[in-house]
Amino acid sequence: MNSIEVDHLRVLRRGRTVLPDLSCAVAAGTVTGLVGPSGSGKTTLLRAIVGVQRGVSGRVTVLGVPAGSAVLRSKVGYVTQGSSVYEDLTVRENLIYFAALVGAASANVSKVLGTVSLVDRAESLVSRLSGGERARVSLAAALLGSPSLLVLDEPTVGLDPLLREELWSVFRRLAESGVTLLVSSHVMDEADRCQRLLLLREGALLADATPAELRQRTGTENLDGAFLRLIRDAVAA
Amino acid sequence: MVVVPCILMTLLRYIYNGQPAVFERVGPMLLAIFPFTVMFVITSVAMLRERTSGTLELLLTKPLSKGELLAGYALAFGAAAIVQVAAAAALTLGPLGLDVHGSAVVLVVVAILDALLGTALGLLLSAFANSEFQAVQFLPAFVLPQLLVSGLFAPRDQMGTVLGWLSDALPLSYAVDGASRAATSPAWTGSLVVDLVVVGACVPLALGLGAVTLHRRTP
Repeated sequence: MNSIEVDHLRVLRRGRTVLPDLSCAVAAGTVTGLVGPSGSGKTTLLRAIVGVQRGVSGRVTVLGVPAGSAVLRSKVGYVTQGSSVYEDLTVRENLIYFAALVGAASANVSKVLGTVSLVDRAESLVSRLSGGERARVSLAAALLGSPSLLVLDEPTVGLDPLLREELWSVFRRLAESGVTLLVSSHVMDEADRCQRLLLLREGALLADATPAELRQRTGTENLDGAFLRLIRDAVAA
Repeated sequence: MVVVPCILMTLLRYIYNGQPAVFERVGPMLLAIFPFTVMFVITSVAMLRERTSGTLELLLTKPLSKGELLAGYALAFGAAAIVQVAAAAALTLGPLGLDVHGSAVVLVVVAILDALLGTALGLLLSAFANSEFQAVQFLPAFVLPQLLVSGLFAPRDQMGTVLGWLSDALPLSYAVDGASRAATSPAWTGSLVVDLVVVGACVPLALGLGAVTLHRRTP
C-alpha cells in the first residue's frame, strides 16, 4: 500500500520548470529519504505532496486522496525547511498553540517535548534558541497531531551527530508504529538510515532504490560515493 | 498599544491648551484616528510576519479554515482595539475634559468601529507587502492621504469636486465624520447613520477581501 503516489508531476515555479516529469511512490510505514544537491527540487516535491505548491500538473495522491485535500490536513505533518515557529513565544506556548490547531490534547505537548529532547528548553523564547533547537520545535509541532504521514524538509540541519542519531531513532520508532516518513536531506550518511532512497538532481530522479541496491548498482561501499557516481554518470550521459 | 493613544490625546489636549475650542473640534476626530492608525500598523505588521516567517503557510496546512484563521485574528485584535479605545476615551472625556455636545456613548462606539476598521484594513493590506519595510510604508501611502481628505484638516464640503469625490470614496472620511457628528449633535441624524453603516460595512468587507488573499497554495 502506497502512502504517496506521484504520477508525471510537473511543477512550474516563477517561470522555471523545477520538476519536468517526476513519478515515484512511497510505501506506507517506511522511512524514505529524498536526497540530492541544493536546488534539485526536493522542497518543491515535498510542497507538492503536502499540497501547498501552485503551478502543479500531473497527479499526486496522498493516503488515497489528491494532495492538498482538506481531509489530509489532520493526517499529514509538515516540517518546513526554515523552521516556521513563532519567535516571540516560548517553545511550550508555540506547541500549545499548534496542539489547539490540530485538536491534540495539551498532554501531547509534554510528550513531544520529550520526543525531541527539548524539555529543559520548554520555557525559553524561540528567538533565543539555536538553529538546531528551532528545527526541533518545528518537528515537535508536526508530531502533535499524531499524523499518518510526516513530510520533513531537512529536519536534521544544524544538529550534532548525537542528536541526529536520537531523531533518527524517533523516526524509526514512528515508522514501526505505522507512520510513513518522507525525509529530505543533503547529508548523505543519513541516507543509510532510510529504507528507500529517492535521489533527485535538477528535477529528475536519478535513483529510486534501497541503500543496498544503490551500493550494488554503483559498486561502491560508501553512499556518498554512490551518489557522486550516479551524478557523474548522469552528467556524462 | 493602549498607552500610545492615551499619550497622544494628552499631548493634543495640552498643545491646544490656549484654544479649547480647537481641541473640542479635533479631539473626537483624533479619538477615532489614533486607534485606527495604531491598529492598522500593528495588524498589518503582525500579519505580514506570519506571511514572511512561513507560519502562515504552515497554519494553512492545518485543519483550520481561512475564515477561522481570519476570525481569530480579527477577534484578538478587535478585543485589543476595544480596550485601546476605551482607555483613550475614558482619558479624553474624563481628565482631559473634552466636552461632548452629542452623545459620548455614540462617540465611543464610532471610535471602536474605526479601530476595528483599522484592524481589518491592516489585515487586508498585509497581503500587498513582502517585507515589514514595505508594510510600514502603507502608513504614508495609504493612511495619511485618507487622513488629509477626511475632514480633519479642512471641511470636506469645501475641498472642491475631485477631492470631494475622493473623500467620499475613502472609509476613513466616514469614520472621522461619524466621530465629529457624534460629538457635536445629540440627535441621530441621517448622516451619522450613514457614517456608521459605511464604516460598519467596511469592516467585514475588508476582512472578506483579506480572506481572499490567503492562499493555501503559493508559487
